[in-house]
Amino acid sequence: MDTLLKLHQVRHAYGKQTTINYLSFDLEKGEIGCLLGPSGCGKTTVLRCIAGFEPLTAGEILLNGIMVSCANFSLPPEQRRVGMVFQDYALFPHLTIAENVGFGLHRKSTVERTQRVSDLLQTVGLTEAANKYPHELSGGQQQRVALARALAPNPDLLLMDEPFSNLDISLRERLSLEVRDILKNQHITAILVTHDQDEAFSVADVIGVMHQGKIMQWDTAYNLYHRPANRFVANFIGQGVFLPGKVLAPGKIETELGILTEHIYHQCESDNEICHIGSEVDVLIRPDDIVYSNESTSQAVVMHKAFRGAEILYTLKLPTGRTALSLISSHHNHAIGEKIGIKLEADHVVVFKR
Amino acid sequence: MHVNNEKYSTVEEKNSDISRPFFLLKHKVSIWRLIPFLVAALVFTPVIVVFSSFFMPANEVWQHLVETTLSSLLINTFWLSVGVIAGTSLLGVSLAWFTAVYEFPGSRFFSWALLLPLAIPAYVTAFVVLGLFDYTGPVQTSLRIWLGSELTWFPDLYGRGGVIVVMTLAFYPYVYLMARNAFLTQGKRLLEVAQSLGLNRRQGFFKVALPMARPWIVGGIMLTLMETLADFGTVAVFNYDTFTTAIYKAWFSMFSLPAASQLASLLIVIVFVLIIIEQQFRLRMRFAETKRSARAGGILLSGWKAKAASFFAASVLFFAFVMPIMQLGIWAANSLLQSFDQRYLEFLLHSVLLSAMATVITCFIAILLVYAVRLHSDILTRIAVRIATIGYALPGAVLAVGIFIPFAWLDNQLNEWLSLLFQIETNLLIQGTLGVMLIAYMTRFLAVGHYPIDSAMQRITRNIDEAAMGFGLSGWAVLRSIHLPMLKAGIFTAATLVFVDVMKEMPITLMTRPFGWDTLAVRIFALTSEGEWEQAALPAVTLVLAGLVPIILLMRQTDK
Repeated sequence: MDTLLKLHQVRHAYGKQTTINYLSFDLEKGEIGCLLGPSGCGKTTVLRCIAGFEPLTAGEILLNGIMVSCANFSLPPEQRRVGMVFQDYALFPHLTIAENVGFGLHRKSTVERTQRVSDLLQTVGLTEAANKYPHELSGGQQQRVALARALAPNPDLLLMDEPFSNLDISLRERLSLEVRDILKNQHITAILVTHDQDEAFSVADVIGVMHQGKIMQWDTAYNLYHRPANRFVANFIGQGVFLPGKVLAPGKIETELGILTEHIYHQCESDNEICHIGSEVDVLIRPDDIVYSNESTSQAVVMHKAFRGAEILYTLKLPTGRTALSLISSHHNHAIGEKIGIKLEADHVVVFKR
Repeated sequence: MHVNNEKYSTVEEKNSDISRPFFLLKHKVSIWRLIPFLVAALVFTPVIVVFSSFFMPANEVWQHLVETTLSSLLINTFWLSVGVIAGTSLLGVSLAWFTAVYEFPGSRFFSWALLLPLAIPAYVTAFVVLGLFDYTGPVQTSLRIWLGSELTWFPDLYGRGGVIVVMTLAFYPYVYLMARNAFLTQGKRLLEVAQSLGLNRRQGFFKVALPMARPWIVGGIMLTLMETLADFGTVAVFNYDTFTTAIYKAWFSMFSLPAASQLASLLIVIVFVLIIIEQQFRLRMRFAETKRSARAGGILLSGWKAKAASFFAASVLFFAFVMPIMQLGIWAANSLLQSFDQRYLEFLLHSVLLSAMATVITCFIAILLVYAVRLHSDILTRIAVRIATIGYALPGAVLAVGIFIPFAWLDNQLNEWLSLLFQIETNLLIQGTLGVMLIAYMTRFLAVGHYPIDSAMQRITRNIDEAAMGFGLSGWAVLRSIHLPMLKAGIFTAATLVFVDVMKEMPITLMTRPFGWDTLAVRIFALTSEGEWEQAALPAVTLVLAGLVPIILLMRQTDK
């Protein structure tokens, strides 16, 4: 596969405040990448650097193997063939939907433009809205127009800045899948920025978790959840708690919920420093790692419960006073304050040095 | 049980009646319904009076005017409008664009300083420019000495060009303010969209920023145009005849009020066309409204571009504000011993007194209107308020005529009745009193006072009233402890704006003042019509200082 976009040791600052700190990643042609992180982590700034709106203070950005940004050069945004969908959509309020979508086709002939606009409107399912104005459309429709407008000039790369954050939850889920289908059908390479994990998981092929201007891990959703590279990712992605443990032997860790023997994430095997015998570690326990067991000797008190339909997410107080989360089938409906038997049943667990 | 319940509910009803604000009591509601219509009628009377004279049979003076000056009035007004529109939009839009989008040396400073010329009444800039640049002024005199010859190439100031330049310098801030607001609300965001769609910045300006800002720019131009048409002082100083000066002459030189009124009716037709256009664009402005996006600093200009931008902004600021202020300062200092006397203090006192009275009346009526709409915001009431606040578009000269005529008629009626009944000869019972003048001021500046109070009131949601009543506060207590404190800032802004506007107002004061009520503005008119620039400087400086107050208020608002 060809690398379409390459960021190498990119640095960016507003005055003295560093916003992106030596950040690198590659994106293959046709892939949908995602920058995921809490607000203020610099993810939008990365997007703006790629689009060419922000100058770099160090590092370089390559598009199709051509350098477009470095410390003292920046190809103007209009020459990059990079499309962008903005968080507030930024539709032109004085133009109709068709005019908005056709705006980037100003060099094309009228016939070509009309054809392309109607094709795109069909793709996003807004053919009837062609002659309406943006304020006459709902939020979801405006979002689709913004997407169609960005796609119209056939950009090499599409950037989307929190594209679904202004929509309500049910629409957000539906539209994010729709957008993924559109992008995949048209073989478009894209980067999405979001703070919403579910959105990232449902749209992106590869996700970079960002924190303080750095990428903490650039990986698939599966690996981010099951094989977090560090504590930040482990905490940020999914739910879970850290239980302290002690390494008894390679692949054998004692915790307050019993001894873990199998399926310990390979990181522990390869990294001797963390896992030599006797060292203190933290074990990441996800809610689905703790199961209900009547006959178990481990007992925990129900502190909170959140009904989730098929399951109930219990917050449990362990005998040592630590809390743990457990996702238990909602047939087992326990009252708050009740003592229940639990046991660890992990396919594999992640271990970090304490 | 059932009986008890009923008893309880009647007690509650009674209580709720007591706890209603006084203005919500059912039997008093009718008067609040009437108020907007009464005010609208009062404001609209002069319009109808003037407009009806459009259809009046031609009299001799009018015939004379039509034959001699009418065509030149129309031509003068047309070219003046065209010139001022071109000048203000060129200066206003370009300066707004530079300060809203780019960063260059001094851009922060210029972004507010470029509003300062609003503090100087156009007629003051006018006489300063004349005093500086006419044949005997310091510029031409020193050039003659320096070059040792007559300046045959020096442009004639007393022409169309001079008036246009002065009005452009005085009025460009209206366009600047509106356009800048539009460019800031669009943010850089839409420019970036254009760039991401393959347009460069210049194309982005012409294809996105400018078309999107059009409603605001046209709004600014309309304001400018209304000021231009309403202007009396500037054109009077330049001897450039327009409708306002013609109205004045017809009335006070030819003593024909009907002719003045017929001239006014022509002007009012033009103004109404403008109002309709403005309303159209105001509607569009609402559509185009977007959230003000956070500004992470403008695009940094460097090299000659930055220098050129700074130089451009600095020269506009120099000619529109710094130069007039400096010259006024010099003249005022030179003439201080002569001008600062008993009479100056008298003019100042008159100005302040009149402004204060007009402010109290205007703000009081504005508050009544705002409350009336809060109680009944049906469409008829809102139309009435719209009509009641139309005065900002009516030139002072037109209003003066339109208000004077009905009062003169009333006076005549009264006179007839009184002489018939009591054999008393009373001349001029109402006309020539302060009342006429104050009504004229109120009519002209009600919109200025209404807007800040109205927006303050709109910030008090009905939920706030209900929350207060939920705590058991009575109607008067709600008014005192919730509404008045929350309206205070709005009333203060309104009062400041009205006060200063009345102080600067020239034609209404000139035409309707009672004998002996000369103000600073009237004094400036008298002195400048005799070319006494230096003597006029002290009153002018006083007006400029007063004019700075609302500008500072405005700047603090736009900064937020």
